[in-house]
Amino acid sequence: MRTGLSRRVVLRGLFQGATVAVALPYLDCFLNSNGTALAAGAPLPVRFGTWFWGLGVTPGRWHPTTIGRDYDLPPELTPIAAQKDKITIFSGFDCLTDGKPNFPHATAGPAFRTGIAPSSSGVLHGPSFDTIVANEIGNDTRFRSLDVSAIGDRTNTLSGQGVGQMNPTESSALAFYQRIFGEGFTDPNAATFTPDPIKMARKSALSIVKDQRRALEQQLGTADRARIDQYFTSLRQVESQLALQLQKPEPLVACQVPAGPEDKEVANDLEDVTQNHEVMTRLLAMALACNQTKVFNMSFNNGASSLTRRGSATSHHQLTHDEPIDPELGYQPESTKFIDDIMKAWGTFVSVLDGMPEGDGTLLDHMLIVAHSETEFARRHNINNLPIMFAGRAGGRIHSGLHVVGNSDPVSSVALTAMQVMGVAQDSFGAGAMQTRKTIGEIVV
Amino acid sequence: MQEIMLTARLAASPAARCVARSSLVVALLTTCLTAATAQSTEDETSGAMRRLTEAQYRNAIADIFGPEIQVVGRMDPLVRPPHGLQAASVSRISVSAAGLEQYVRMARAIASQVVDEQHRGTFVACPSRVVDRADDVCATAFFRRIGHLLFRRPVSAGNVRALVAASREGARLSGSFHTGLALGLETMLVSPHFLFDIDVTEPDPTQPGTRQLDAYSKASRLSFFLWNTTPDQELLAAAARGDLHTPRGLATQVDRLLAAPRVEDTVRTFFADMLGFERIGDLAKDAVIYPQFTRDVKADMPEQTLRTIVDLLLRDNGDYRDLLTTRRTFMTRALGVVYRLPVPEGDAWVPYEFPAESQRVGILTQMSFLAAFSHDGRSSATLRGKAIRELLLCQPVPDPPANVNFSLVEDTSNAERPTARDRLTPHRNSRACASCHRVMDPIGLSLENFDGVGTYRTEENGAPIDVSGELDGVLFDGPVALGHAVRTHPALPACFVNRLSEYAVRRSLTAADTAWVTDLTTGFAGSEYRLRDLLRAIATSDAFYRPILNEHDAVGEVQR
Repeated sequence: MRTGLSRRVVLRGLFQGATVAVALPYLDCFLNSNGTALAAGAPLPVRFGTWFWGLGVTPGRWHPTTIGRDYDLPPELTPIAAQKDKITIFSGFDCLTDGKPNFPHATAGPAFRTGIAPSSSGVLHGPSFDTIVANEIGNDTRFRSLDVSAIGDRTNTLSGQGVGQMNPTESSALAFYQRIFGEGFTDPNAATFTPDPIKMARKSALSIVKDQRRALEQQLGTADRARIDQYFTSLRQVESQLALQLQKPEPLVACQVPAGPEDKEVANDLEDVTQNHEVMTRLLAMALACNQTKVFNMSFNNGASSLTRRGSATSHHQLTHDEPIDPELGYQPESTKFIDDIMKAWGTFVSVLDGMPEGDGTLLDHMLIVAHSETEFARRHNINNLPIMFAGRAGGRIHSGLHVVGNSDPVSSVALTAMQVMGVAQDSFGAGAMQTRKTIGEIVV
Repeated sequence: MQEIMLTARLAASPAARCVARSSLVVALLTTCLTAATAQSTEDETSGAMRRLTEAQYRNAIADIFGPEIQVVGRMDPLVRPPHGLQAASVSRISVSAAGLEQYVRMARAIASQVVDEQHRGTFVACPSRVVDRADDVCATAFFRRIGHLLFRRPVSAGNVRALVAASREGARLSGSFHTGLALGLETMLVSPHFLFDIDVTEPDPTQPGTRQLDAYSKASRLSFFLWNTTPDQELLAAAARGDLHTPRGLATQVDRLLAAPRVEDTVRTFFADMLGFERIGDLAKDAVIYPQFTRDVKADMPEQTLRTIVDLLLRDNGDYRDLLTTRRTFMTRALGVVYRLPVPEGDAWVPYEFPAESQRVGILTQMSFLAAFSHDGRSSATLRGKAIRELLLCQPVPDPPANVNFSLVEDTSNAERPTARDRLTPHRNSRACASCHRVMDPIGLSLENFDGVGTYRTEENGAPIDVSGELDGVLFDGPVALGHAVRTHPALPACFVNRLSEYAVRRSLTAADTAWVTDLTTGFAGSEYRLRDLLRAIATSDAFYRPILNEHDAVGEVQR
């Protein structure tokens, strides 16, 4: 027992509140004796996220050479050594564009996320798979999704519903903290809970806005109607936030409101970005532990990375173009150093999540994270053999720790597999050459 | 049309893009309008709904409630469409969940300020003065009046009734009339009718069977264009009277708006958008090579150009094309360091005129252009040439092929290639690169007298810089001559009209706009390229108020 709270006290407290359907996934005292499920029998929830990095990998230094379990770790993958058995590497999955141009740094991201190759730079022509998962599992938490960029760029996102509006990211740790733990946050472990009556009125006032939906939809053409629909989808989250604030939240042992981070402006400096990433990773882990969200998108840097190393203004992206390949090493040393540093940050990300105990394992065990870049090798801008990883065990729904090699299969089958693992009832994904019905069977339990 | 097809086909085929490009010089010479039209893939059923920009939202709150009401929050960022204006993106975006969360927060903060003890006297003018319970009569008057301003049209009786009821409930639960009122106001502030400018159409009585924007939609379109804010009471009153449906009534309002100092807001917003100034915010320079590139310099460089523009085009009512050749500008102490000019102490902006022997003429020789279109540690003739094509002449140049090898061009330490011209030679000798680079590099090379931040120089790596250049067959030498060549380029005015029209309608232009923009371009030349005349011509033209028809309109009238 890790709390001083008896099961009976908690239950009494809960049932004396409003009648709320509570899932108590993270409070160990409510787990069954194995810790693998709730005492009531419902499995622990599985959370979903993405982790994006820009400018790919160095050929020969990242992709493992052995296939299946116990794959080897080339130099750029060494930071994941400790979590290797929870991380699956994908090779041989391609973005197929059906003759559409390969917009450098702006094709593979949208193509992987939506299964549709963009016909203009960076555009999503359908909902990104993270939003499809969020619609499935993200409706009973305060945030349907939390979107973060460690590099200072609020437009650094690949997430959207495909109607023109991309989901902006938070790139200030302080602002991210305030969004999660500031106004509107109810501490699940607080001794008392007093619902604010005005919130009830506030929630019912929103129906005035909702009542305008039909009239607006009738007034607008197809494309604009999709946009107003997105507004109303966003409004649903605001409503459910108010509804959650009227309920006493379930106590969560792992949830501890952290101290606020310092207010620091972060732009492109690698050290700043790395530090910002770690601070925001810890905040994100706590947001998950406090059940504020079940879905997230984290970007370390941007496609066409504007990262710079302190003392030099030549960006990571510029280096991938300018820097000659060292004949002895066989690669571009400075560009490669950036990739090493990015992979270290990825190692930090998974180890923070793996360091939070939950049930019979860790938070990471109850997650599926899809990590990917927007090109294989930045110097060539190629979008075949896209670097993709799965991290976490998805609550036991997947086999992890594998090196899976596709045969120039479309990346959409990786996305489809991820969605199906997360419980999305969808049997095909993508369009044109990337339309697929193929699940990657070897990783699904 | 052939050129358009060519452009479209080449753009669609990446491998062919550069290689077959010699014929594209022809295509690039087509006017910006046809080029832009070929680009446009906009669906004509989209664009009848525009999200307010952050500036428009803030301006609206300040105009309706006063500048002392604090607006703290952020909106979903605008993302520039390819080869378009940021302004046009408001017809493509919506509101994300995170964005709406912010709007809700801002709405609460604004509403609580409006009803606080300090401000309520101004906005809640009711005789009864009850404070501890609901007052439906007072609330009704409040929502009618404020709603009219926020929604830019009268609020329906049903909507007012619902807001009053919500406020009554809020007052009952909180024991405060003003808390209840704030709750209704919050609701209005997150309504799509406030956050978006949504066109309302009605049958056009002068042309049966067709539809027109209703008077209030016209008022909004006009006000957001010329003042970058919500319509004021006078404009709403003119809409109510039907004045905006008559040429004379419309002209009266247009002239009133144009005469006000607020036009400057629109001119600044438009030019910052057209010249891509958002990239200056992200600009970083190598501190070893350019120690003079400080935070102050970065802040002052767009402002310098905007001041130059406002001074020439609004204050002096000058010729738009003179922006390329004017020697008059403004300086600060920080900028003086980069320009190598003695500037008086202090923070003030001072007018400055470059002497006749200076190589500085026009906005292309200002830092906002030179530094923004350079690399971190060196100038870039290619980026500068591309920017002139795309920003000023509306001639989009395709991206380089995905597998291009940049290393020869980029190595500044190669002793055999001391100048940018030497380093760019491989481009012109490579078949794959030459066809594109020959429409960019010869323009940019004439600006090589200015380094990566814009400081004047005559040598690079000890070798003298050759600044001969070429723009579509016109040969010239140096920055001054470049300014004159761009000034007289036939695509320059048409491109400008195209961009300002796009800004005005806040969506990408389509084929249906071609005739309108062509007419405006003719008129622009007739007025000797005066901005005010062009603003007026746009704001008084029928096509500016052209509704985007949707399938409901096509099948006939709908109940609204």
